[in-house]
Amino acid sequence: MTEAVLKALTAGRIHSWDLSTGVDGPGTRFVLFVSGCPLRCLYCANPDTWHMRDGREVTVDEVMAEIEKYRGFVTVAGGGVTLTGGEALLQPTFTAAVLRRCKEAGLHTALDTSGFLGIRATDELLADTDLVLLDIKSFEVNTYRKLTGGELTPTLNFATRLDRLGIPMWIRYVLVPGWTDDPEAVDGLARFAAGLGSVDRVDVLPFHKLGAHKYDALGIPFPLRDTPAPDPELTERVREQFREQGLRAL
Amino acid sequence: MTATVTAGNRRAEAWSGFAGTLWRDRIDVRDFIQANYTPYEGDATFLTGPTDRTLAVWEKVSALFPEERAKGVLDVDTAIPSTITSHAPGYIDPERELIVGLQTDAPLKRAIMPNGGLRMVENGLRAYGYEPDPFVTKVFGTYRKTHNDGVFDAYTAEMRAARKAGIITGLPDAYGRGRIIGDYRRVALYGTDRLIAAKRAERALLDARPSTPDAIREREELAEQVRALGELTRMAASYGRDVSRPAATAHEAVQWLYLGYLAAVKEQNGAAMSLGRTSTFLDVYLQRDLAEGIIDETRAQELVDDFVIKLRIVRFLRTPEYDALFSGDPTWVTESIGGIGTDGRPLVTRTSFRFLQTLYNLGPAPEPNLTVLWSPRLPAGFKEFCAQVSIDTSAVQYESDDLMRPRTGDDTAIACCVSAMAVGKQMQFFGARVNLAKALLYAVNGGRDEMTGDQITPQTAPLVGEYLDYEELLAAYDRTLDWLAETYVNTLNVIHYMHDKYAYERIEMALHDHPVHRFMACGIAGLSVAADSLSAVKYARVKVIRDATGLAVDFKTEGEFPAYGNNDDRADMLAVDLVESFMAKVRKHPTYRDAEHTQSVLTITSNVVYGKHTGNTPDGRRAGQPFAPGANPMNGRDRHGVAASALSVAKLPYEQARDGISLTTTITPEGLGHFPEERAGHLVGIVDAYMASGGFHMNVNVLNRAVLEDAMEHPEKYPELTIRVSGYAVNFVRLTREQQLDVISRTFHGSL
Repeated sequence: MTEAVLKALTAGRIHSWDLSTGVDGPGTRFVLFVSGCPLRCLYCANPDTWHMRDGREVTVDEVMAEIEKYRGFVTVAGGGVTLTGGEALLQPTFTAAVLRRCKEAGLHTALDTSGFLGIRATDELLADTDLVLLDIKSFEVNTYRKLTGGELTPTLNFATRLDRLGIPMWIRYVLVPGWTDDPEAVDGLARFAAGLGSVDRVDVLPFHKLGAHKYDALGIPFPLRDTPAPDPELTERVREQFREQGLRAL
Repeated sequence: MTATVTAGNRRAEAWSGFAGTLWRDRIDVRDFIQANYTPYEGDATFLTGPTDRTLAVWEKVSALFPEERAKGVLDVDTAIPSTITSHAPGYIDPERELIVGLQTDAPLKRAIMPNGGLRMVENGLRAYGYEPDPFVTKVFGTYRKTHNDGVFDAYTAEMRAARKAGIITGLPDAYGRGRIIGDYRRVALYGTDRLIAAKRAERALLDARPSTPDAIREREELAEQVRALGELTRMAASYGRDVSRPAATAHEAVQWLYLGYLAAVKEQNGAAMSLGRTSTFLDVYLQRDLAEGIIDETRAQELVDDFVIKLRIVRFLRTPEYDALFSGDPTWVTESIGGIGTDGRPLVTRTSFRFLQTLYNLGPAPEPNLTVLWSPRLPAGFKEFCAQVSIDTSAVQYESDDLMRPRTGDDTAIACCVSAMAVGKQMQFFGARVNLAKALLYAVNGGRDEMTGDQITPQTAPLVGEYLDYEELLAAYDRTLDWLAETYVNTLNVIHYMHDKYAYERIEMALHDHPVHRFMACGIAGLSVAADSLSAVKYARVKVIRDATGLAVDFKTEGEFPAYGNNDDRADMLAVDLVESFMAKVRKHPTYRDAEHTQSVLTITSNVVYGKHTGNTPDGRRAGQPFAPGANPMNGRDRHGVAASALSVAKLPYEQARDGISLTTTITPEGLGHFPEERAGHLVGIVDAYMASGGFHMNVNVLNRAVLEDAMEHPEKYPELTIRVSGYAVNFVRLTREQQLDVISRTFHGSL
């Protein structure tokens, strides 16, 4: 193989990396933001990660060298490594390589994904994934399409596959007033999730507009600029709907 | 006195039921604790709230705070210099107080302590609208020399210049040095008669030695210590308490211990008047009374609550300049809680919890300065409670028990913020700090001050290139630091010689063993500015802008450079090298009384003042801008969150900064996780991980709504306030007002 091909297999494009606590999986985690995303969610907080071309190229070795500096810290702090984006499965070879190397280093691994490209995740990749944070944007096909520009079915198929493989999942549900607060759609998702034995919990995340300034900086309109954040009563109602199906909802 | 405030039936034998032998034959509080304490590995559910009686006392004294805040001081006794016995007894509410004793005859009424320096007293009085008493002025201006007078008699011209320029700064040459922790537990365990006998035995050994200057000084000091213990006995008697004998109940133990501490704060206006490590000691007494049914949990908690009320109202007369340096009116009544014993048992007891519980029962407060000696091996229930208290109050700091225990043992306490000492066996000479950032500018300018142009160090060749050359700068900096370390240690020697001579801490030292181990506690400020400046010169290009006299007054940095605080060795190792090399330089110079050299990387809040007096620096920091506090990375340059920043600080070697390395972190509740119920566990993980990585100290601020609202109104106070929202971070003060309101409503949703 030529050097260029080798590099293509061991390199990827990332937006950035960071450390976070309690928002991207359990504990304090090294979070790798992989560049590029096939969806265009109206509420997206990270429009600067949409395009692969905007990312910077790094090798898996470079990523691992950075992660290595935090291995002790995140392990003691009950965390690990989370791959997110963008959409990490847009670069499945790179993502798989990072997950594998993290497992070899004894780290807890999480994959934060919409599931839209779940088909690209090999069983080997998933075997190296301790937890999937599965963002299900809506349970209503038309709403999903309008909200994300993509289809719901691949995500549901991916969820079913994860369940079959016995890979633990946290369902993440962004609550947007007027978009994802329809009680019937929430109940539908709750029943679907309750039918998946490997769902550990459901995180109901209130919509926020803190990414608005990024849209301004990129010179693109933020479609939900006038949409309000959900009030606490609404958030609690939706959590309660998940709990009624026997799920642990936060 | 009503029935509710009696001390219970006193035992005929104060030590009945106690185990162990060594501590009976010699003064050895640690042995007593080890032989008698009951580790507690449970959770916080046993704790009780405040009683109405406690709240009545607290409300009565709290009612005075607004007037005190408005006026600066509530009242001062201008005429009677404070001694252990100078003032008649004072009370908050004699019918209700469980623990008695005030510094003067009324709560919050301050005393003058001119032994440290008359000018400081006079300036303090005038600043708050009081006229100095003519008799006091005459006595201390004519007949009785002060510490301050002595120091300035012995300072050299070079020392004065270095002090004036602010390259050596914050020196305790006009006020009490503090940072000495009397072992106040000894008063409770042994009573003063026994302590006096023990001091006399130490003195007898000294009398057998030839009368060298050292031996003479020590004999005089021991005589003063014995005298001070007698004064403590008389002061306690004026409150109707007989501390000549050991405490026989838990109530007496708290009271005796407090009276010992009170004697210290009546005698010394020290920069930090720390309490020690008392909670697990007191737990032995509380546990004995609980077991015998003499008290219940409610009473145990209210004894601690009442004790803490007294610790919260310790006051000193200081000048506004002093308070500006240290942001407010601090006393550093530091209490060290928790830790692990050398035998592996946690030193956590129910009373460790009870002390932290005072932050709920009486509300959050900076004093006493509750300090948890942390180890990942602490019991889970205690760690979780500490983290929850931090989240709720931001009032707890954490220090690595695992770093201290092998060096100062398992009866270590913190003086001030980060200074570790074996209680009753070690003391320190507080040395404030030198300004490493300014020193770097002196290296560039051949020893001239960048603000005034004055020649401060012996003249050396300034760097003359258009751009700074890294190797050339390093060599010049090394020479400057050689001079600085020598001048600094010599200055401290003068100060502490005079402090011992004119303002000796009689009662605090009476509660130490003789001979005592002394530390010479040097310190450095501006570490991150200096490290980043070196990094700029090494990794980018730094052009020098000079004024007409050739003085480098500004720098233009071309290109990127790594900054300390991002877990990047290129920059972090520059900071490590600075810590190591300055410590090595300090060690070259002999110290007063052969004190062991140490240094801290700590500024408390004086980083603002140091910044004000330091010119433009090569890292891009503008003249007058604050330094980062302590060992913190510069504000805004640590771009990868608390873990990366903490790991950079954890690289600084504790062995070369045994007086402590301070990190202040500010985390929003959201930064500890989306969901409130998970945050305490996450914070435990972060502190565990920091300490396991070799970190020494962490101030944990978990900001509440009030702080964020304050930040909206006063953004200049919160330059580094960062909030994390679902995978990215924003600088809070840069958000629009609308967004800030959004964050405030989101962050606190459901958690208050």
